[in-house]
Amino acid sequence: MLDLAMNAPEPRRIAGATGDWEIVIGLEVHAQIATQAKLFSGSSTRFGAEPNANVSYGDAAMPGTLPVLNRGCIAQAVRTGLGLKSRINLTSSFDRKHYFYPDLPSGFQLTQLFQPLVSGGEVLVEMGPGLVRRVRLDRIHVEQDAGKLVHDMDPAMSFVDVNRGGMPLMEIVSRPDIRSPEEAAAYLGKLRLIMRYLGTCDGNMQEGSIRADVNVSVCRPGQYEKWLEDGDFSHLGTRTEIKNVNSLRFVQQAAEYEARRQIAVIEDGGTLIQETRLYDPDRGETRSMRSKETAEDYRYFPDPDLLPLVIEQAWVDGLGAGLAELPDARKARYIADFGLSDYDASVLTAERENGEYFEAVAQGRDGKQAANWVLNELFGRMKRDEGVDITNCPVSPAQLGGIIDLIGAGTISGKIAKDLFEIVYTEGGDPARIVEERGMKQVTDTGAIEAAVDAVIAANPAQVDKAKQNPKLAGWFVGQVMKATGGKASPAAVNEIVAAKLGL
Amino acid sequence: MSIDIATVRSLAHLAQIGIEDGDLQTWAQEFDTMLAAVEPLAAVNVEGVEPMTNPAHSLRLILVEDGVTDGNVQEDVLRGAPDAREGFYAVPKVRE
Repeated sequence: MLDLAMNAPEPRRIAGATGDWEIVIGLEVHAQIATQAKLFSGSSTRFGAEPNANVSYGDAAMPGTLPVLNRGCIAQAVRTGLGLKSRINLTSSFDRKHYFYPDLPSGFQLTQLFQPLVSGGEVLVEMGPGLVRRVRLDRIHVEQDAGKLVHDMDPAMSFVDVNRGGMPLMEIVSRPDIRSPEEAAAYLGKLRLIMRYLGTCDGNMQEGSIRADVNVSVCRPGQYEKWLEDGDFSHLGTRTEIKNVNSLRFVQQAAEYEARRQIAVIEDGGTLIQETRLYDPDRGETRSMRSKETAEDYRYFPDPDLLPLVIEQAWVDGLGAGLAELPDARKARYIADFGLSDYDASVLTAERENGEYFEAVAQGRDGKQAANWVLNELFGRMKRDEGVDITNCPVSPAQLGGIIDLIGAGTISGKIAKDLFEIVYTEGGDPARIVEERGMKQVTDTGAIEAAVDAVIAANPAQVDKAKQNPKLAGWFVGQVMKATGGKASPAAVNEIVAAKLGL
Repeated sequence: MSIDIATVRSLAHLAQIGIEDGDLQTWAQEFDTMLAAVEPLAAVNVEGVEPMTNPAHSLRLILVEDGVTDGNVQEDVLRGAPDAREGFYAVPKVRE
């Protein structure tokens, strides 16, 4: 189990012309809440629909429509908060954030500025053996997404698709506890993993289910500690916000570039301005972004159409009782219950489906053996095929389990099992039946094995003499016998008989 | 409180309302009149009183169960648009 007895990694230092610098990063992560319907309407959240098909009159901001809150979205946000050890606020409320832009029909976004649903919490980010960064969370609030603009369909017009408008988002705001670009990517990866385990966000970054705003500043060594002491943000330097970064790699690249850019500006005698920037992955640089409003004045106020959101502690407790097992807990359980190594347990919990597959195979079998088959044979084999992963792999846990059972029962040897695995992987079918039909059964008939051993001994008198002087050479005979029997002889029986016949 | 012309201009911009320069002064005076009307509220001591943002504060927000019950009215939501093409609202080119 990850715990705070572990050490925090060293913050990244960058050597500048005027001395060393340290990086300070905080993330605002927008995660789409996994539900059927939108936050305040009954329109579908399904990705890839016809433009403006997932739009109700309310989503299109038709006069006379009113928002109705989806309980499922609140439940998912509460689960996320519980999974991140946050405090659930039984009373919260929704506010209007105003701006005019064609992606926002109503001219305001419903969000929770003043009273968020969730406060506090933490994410433990493993950065290496024994190294854990604890990233504290400020808050998680629930809000609506905006629509999407398409610019490339007409030279004179922009096209608006409101399907994404009103989609439920959780904005997860971290404290500036992230101290290197690598940690920023790892933090986002861990957050994604936790939400995927909880089932509260599908984590599909290609479809934009997770986007991050990356806040970066640089400061001199020692300044961060001053901030920890007195809470004065001016110790951390002027920060810039890189908007809407949509992959782990880009988060890392953008933070790295931005920190170096800031250092260069300061060391050249320039002044940093607190601004919003965009990351351009093609050029690998960030650039200043003209904001949607010249002045960022969103004129927030409490939405007069919505009463305060009040939830019951008993309901929260019920959601907590049904919470899925989280990655850290699952990893600890694999180490403790199955005797897996830290590394193997990490790989098996790196995606929720990995563990589900492994546990289905391990059910009623030896956990370590199941883990070896899943990690070495199955994952090794899948790597050779483009587009195959655990969710669509051609071998089911029942099939893989069947192969392991055949080894356990002594029906096939470990070597034959690998051939059998390849057949099941490429052709499918019931392992036991394949073994039966293709004559892959291990030969345990000692008479047949003895005959094979006798033949090898008779044909190689010189080797027999050598083996009598050096018993290690018995292995050569075992190999010859295995070859002669097409790998089907029981290795244990062959070993025994070879030793006996050679008088070792 | 006194609202100056620059503030009116900025508010007009934020609200996307066109106000002629010659009218700014009149608007500023009208804002002042409105603010003067609510000004007495500032005299009330609200120390320790929970902010009330809705007169129906004792009522609770109603939540509905998650499920798709709406949408699929593309033609209807686009009907009132000044311009719509291929299922999209079409607006003058927006430059990022």
